[in-house]
Amino acid sequence: MGLTSTLLASRTLAALTSPHGVDRYLELVNPMWAAREVRARVVSVERETSGEHPVATVTLQPTSTWRGHRAGQYVQVGVEVPGARRTTRCFTISSAASQPGERFTLTVRAHSEGLVSKWLVEQARPGFVVHLSQAQGDFTLNESPATPTNNHLLFITGGSGITPAMSMVRTLLRDGYDGHAGRKVTFLHYARGPEDQIFATELAEIAAADNGVRVVLRHESAGDPLFSAIDLARLVPDFREVDTWVCGPAGLMERVELAYDGSPRLRTERFKAPVVKAGNAEGDVVFSRSGQQVANTGASLLEQAEAAGLTPEFGCRMGICFSCTARKTEGTVRNVLTGEESSLPDEDIRVCVSAPVGDCAVDL
Amino acid sequence: MSALTTEQPVREPAPAPQPDEQPISANLPLTPSQLEAFGAEMDAIRQRIIADLGEADADYIRKVLKAQRGFEVAGRALFYLPPAWPLAVAALSISKILDNMEIGHNVMHGQYDWMGDPALNSRMFEWDNVCPSEQWKYSHNYIHHTFTNIVGKDRDVGYGILRMDADQEWHPYYLGNPVYALLLMLFFEWGVAMHDLEVENIVAGKRKMSENAALHRGIMRKVKRQALKDYVLFPALTGPLFPLTLAGNATANLIRNIWAFNIIFCGHFPAGVASFSVEETEDESRGQWYLRQLLGSANITGGKLFHVMSGNLSHQIEHHLFPDLPARRYPEVADEVREICERYGLQYNTGPLGHQLFSVAKKICRFALPDDVAQVPGVGLVRALLGKGKPPVAVVAEAA
Ligand code: FES
Repeated sequence: MGLTSTLLASRTLAALTSPHGVDRYLELVNPMWAAREVRARVVSVERETSGEHPVATVTLQPTSTWRGHRAGQYVQVGVEVPGARRTTRCFTISSAASQPGERFTLTVRAHSEGLVSKWLVEQARPGFVVHLSQAQGDFTLNESPATPTNNHLLFITGGSGITPAMSMVRTLLRDGYDGHAGRKVTFLHYARGPEDQIFATELAEIAAADNGVRVVLRHESAGDPLFSAIDLARLVPDFREVDTWVCGPAGLMERVELAYDGSPRLRTERFKAPVVKAGNAEGDVVFSRSGQQVANTGASLLEQAEAAGLTPEFGCRMGICFSCTARKTEGTVRNVLTGEESSLPDEDIRVCVSAPVGDCAVDL
Repeated sequence: MSALTTEQPVREPAPAPQPDEQPISANLPLTPSQLEAFGAEMDAIRQRIIADLGEADADYIRKVLKAQRGFEVAGRALFYLPPAWPLAVAALSISKILDNMEIGHNVMHGQYDWMGDPALNSRMFEWDNVCPSEQWKYSHNYIHHTFTNIVGKDRDVGYGILRMDADQEWHPYYLGNPVYALLLMLFFEWGVAMHDLEVENIVAGKRKMSENAALHRGIMRKVKRQALKDYVLFPALTGPLFPLTLAGNATANLIRNIWAFNIIFCGHFPAGVASFSVEETEDESRGQWYLRQLLGSANITGGKLFHVMSGNLSHQIEHHLFPDLPARRYPEVADEVREICERYGLQYNTGPLGHQLFSVAKKICRFALPDDVAQVPGVGLVRALLGKGKPPVAVVAEAA
């Protein structure tokens, strides 16, 4: 840390800027100045694929507060979408492991429902500022030049699930860990077709180079086989004994998990997508903190939680005091006052005026 | 006075009461079916504004925030120039007033939660005030806004110190009403911080000291931070000017206290504002809740700058009807609320600051005395001076 950052993070400055904190003042002068928070400036946006759901790689220059990332980790990205609503989503970092303050890239597919992904792919321009968390997640490559092993590494990915594996392979190659250093890598990826193939050029280069990395691309539109244990066994006969990272759509993940039959060598990463409603008083309500699950009665979440014997905090019970705010992690809720429905994952809701529509999970 | 202009859409007249219905009470002069229609009209306003929230609201609050931080930095810096001392105090006072009122109070109501910005989120915001935001939100957002003006439930009726309503039983202690009010004004932020400790209930034996332990810790933590900044660090940074800066910071806090107290007391205590009994408000419908908020609050008229500096609490009525709508929207909904009041024949209490303040001051003095003032020797004169001879009970009746 430089002198400036030490000073900015000092207790004296925190006391002087109490109760708001240093960052609330710095950001007004320059959004790239921060003592604690992490933000980043968009350096460039490059299209990887076009088509209905285009993919772009966004290069970000983080503030000096960025602590770097391990290959495979993700970061929460908050952007202000039209209507002045800051919306935050998680994206896997696609570039090789980064050091504090270093640039990194996100490779993002613009989903039709995805406010943030669409913004990043279609609206972001160099110079725009986004809000970040520190890197998070344990779906990581732990081996490094400092801890060499001779293990064979296997990556199985589908669609945009390729990003964490790409970050890992890039890190390995950058740090000199290829087949010659005794590490065999198999990179098996499933995509809809060549036009949907992210990182096509780079993957072709990796495949062609003399590095002990085997790249296998399966394209559905070309009639390539879907994932099966038999197909995998042909590529990697002892796959259940091989350190494997899998990331992709739910269908692929299920098939892989089945094939590995509980092998501890398998590491998985799932993405959370908005769960679309199933009907009014249907589905189940999960109170995740207390580990309770009840059948949805259609009443407000507060009432349902109380009926399940929980005692969540509340005040007015009519939506004005915000005492009962809790985090909904999954599912759709209807605001009983306005009738408005919302399916965003990880959203703060007032449970006294929110009724679940179909399955729903709340941190209560 | 009328907000009805030719541009207003033609609206349905208020529904007549059903033949078998009675108004809720003298204080709440609508029948259940009328309340339903009335509530639906209020809900419609709310809905419309919620659907319209966006960039303009975000830009506004960020502009105010930027101005506040600007005044704050300017104020702190000007203390280095002794001749600019009054300017420094003025800038710092403005900063504290904006921070506590248009920003703090409103952000902590969740008015900007929809923006998803942690810096403007009700759960994370902390204000430049000795009262910890967590405790304030409980006593204000929950207790005061839910049970507004229900004597015995809303602890903002007299703040546990003053007698502001005929339904609060008189006690010789209340002879000091004007003095207590003056002290509360000068030490308002401290009064607000102590509010949650419910000292009066401890004195009355209804609350145990031990129940306050956790609150106490929270207050002390916040007090220490505020005091360290205003009374140690910033004065120390100005070196030999330490005493001047210290006095300046204290003055800014004092000015903020006086201003906030005056605006807030005009919100619920001018003559004509109704108070309610617990029985009246049992099994309250949403429409009735709206009606109680309307009749239990009073506005202050003034210019745009005045509204900003009062955190738009000069639109106390609209604030109580729609506590979680961004306050900058209150002037715009006020026209509609008034129009609805006219159609339903309801009172809409508003007036200039001077008028409302005088009305509050009168009330503070009047309730220092027992209801039947004639029984207290020597107060006949005071009574004649204060209230044209009307017993204080009439103040409440007026509201109906
Ligand atoms: S309990 Fe007051 S908002 Fe839910």
